[in-house]
Amino acid sequence: MKFRTLMRHIRVGCRNIIRNGWMTIASIGAVTTTLILVSVFLALVLNLNEIAKNIENDVEIKTLVELGTSEEEVIALGKQLEEIDGVEAVTFSSNDEELQGLIDSMGEEGETWELFEQDNPLNHAFVVRAEVPQDTEKIAKEIQSFDNINKVVFGKDVVKQLFEFNNYARVIGIALIVALVFTAIFLISNTIKITIIARSTEIGIMKLVGATNGFIRWPFFIEGLLLGVLGSFIPIAIVLGGYYYLDSAVIDTISFSFVELLPFNPFAWQLSLLVLAIGAIIGVWGSVMSIRKYLKV
Amino acid sequence: MILMKDVYKTYSNGVTALSGINVDIKQGEFVYIVGPSGAGKSTFIKLMYREEKPSSGTILINDMNLAELKNRQIPLLRRKIGVVFQDFKLLPKLTIYENIAYALEVIEEPQANIRKRVMDVLEEVGLKNKARSIPSELSGGEQQRVSIARAIVNRPQIVIADEPTGNLDPDTSWEIMKTFEDINSNGTTIIMATHSKEIVNTMKKRVIAIESSMIVRDEDQGEYGYEI
Repeated sequence: MKFRTLMRHIRVGCRNIIRNGWMTIASIGAVTTTLILVSVFLALVLNLNEIAKNIENDVEIKTLVELGTSEEEVIALGKQLEEIDGVEAVTFSSNDEELQGLIDSMGEEGETWELFEQDNPLNHAFVVRAEVPQDTEKIAKEIQSFDNINKVVFGKDVVKQLFEFNNYARVIGIALIVALVFTAIFLISNTIKITIIARSTEIGIMKLVGATNGFIRWPFFIEGLLLGVLGSFIPIAIVLGGYYYLDSAVIDTISFSFVELLPFNPFAWQLSLLVLAIGAIIGVWGSVMSIRKYLKV
Repeated sequence: MILMKDVYKTYSNGVTALSGINVDIKQGEFVYIVGPSGAGKSTFIKLMYREEKPSSGTILINDMNLAELKNRQIPLLRRKIGVVFQDFKLLPKLTIYENIAYALEVIEEPQANIRKRVMDVLEEVGLKNKARSIPSELSGGEQQRVSIARAIVNRPQIVIADEPTGNLDPDTSWEIMKTFEDINSNGTTIIMATHSKEIVNTMKKRVIAIESSMIVRDEDQGEYGYEI
């Protein structure tokens, strides 16, 4: 294809968008509706996933060392912990650090605890983190069998429930997105059906004048691409605006310590780009599919 | 120029539209195709621009064998012949200018050439002032002249017309026929299926009559030969 022919196709594609008037608006409307739903659900599912991942990664095993354990024994225990299969990291926290943490977490009331700085009643502790969060329980059991252990703490029930919840959330999320994709296909194929009849005669005439299939298809391709891109503008505005509002305003007021949304930058931008791409693909797919039937001789 | 040898055409529903057709049309001829409705005239016309494929036999147009033409080569054939229809077949959303320009765009002509050539042809058919109109704003006769302009814009050697005056009143029909005669006088071969006794008997040309799927008459300076 010559360059001037490509330019011709782009010109004709743009011209068709303008001349088709209400059909253009209807098509853009279908794409817009679909993309709003898709983008909201994508934001929801991706964030749920992120939250789930964060919570899972926060699961730690706190191993309290028996009081009166010698320094050598503590060091040996640390090594022993590190050698357990499936352990990602072991962090040592001395009893002084533990006390400081306690004081900090108590705020003003914590001051009374400062008395204990003279004679610290707390244990040294190791914080153990599993490579795979699901292995937490197994590792905790293994640690319990070691010497010089006072106590092994991890939120047993919480962890179990959490993993179950996360699995459900993922399945539901995927199901929702699949359902949405089908809705999208339905919406767009319906819009296309309306335009088919008008286009079939036009395509027939174009072929009589000696146009190749490619020559006929290109302007439709451009038109579909533009429809998809135009249809993604409003959803993108909603994604950017809505997410910005959520990220700044809502989360500040609710402020669950464990709920941390994906950061606006880059997440909202990436999502916008994804929405734009989906819009373009839907538009091109719809447009090209609608004429395919009439291009066969 | 155009040569048909032992051409048969049977449609998939079993109807035989043409059987044993042999025709030789020379460059620059003006040929009427006449005959009763359903005799095979339209099929004869459609075979020439490869809307239909012959069941057997040979159709040569400028040494291109249409019986063996591949689907992707059809556009190449159609760029070499102009086709005019009873119902004009203009693109409804395009202006007159754009409709005619389309035939040049498909052969990837430069824009400047297209503009000049389209305006020339519009002048030839007397519609220069309608370039920016859309087809529905024109009368039937004007629309038919646009479709003729589109058919000749890339200077084809052959123009095929399927009842080009079928939808037009007598006065307009004569104007259209005058245009065809002008085109023919420049050396372009014209093959026209028609139902108009008046035209055939007044503007004397070669007449090929098709009845019951066969050629029953082929004479120079022929008569229409039917009552209606």
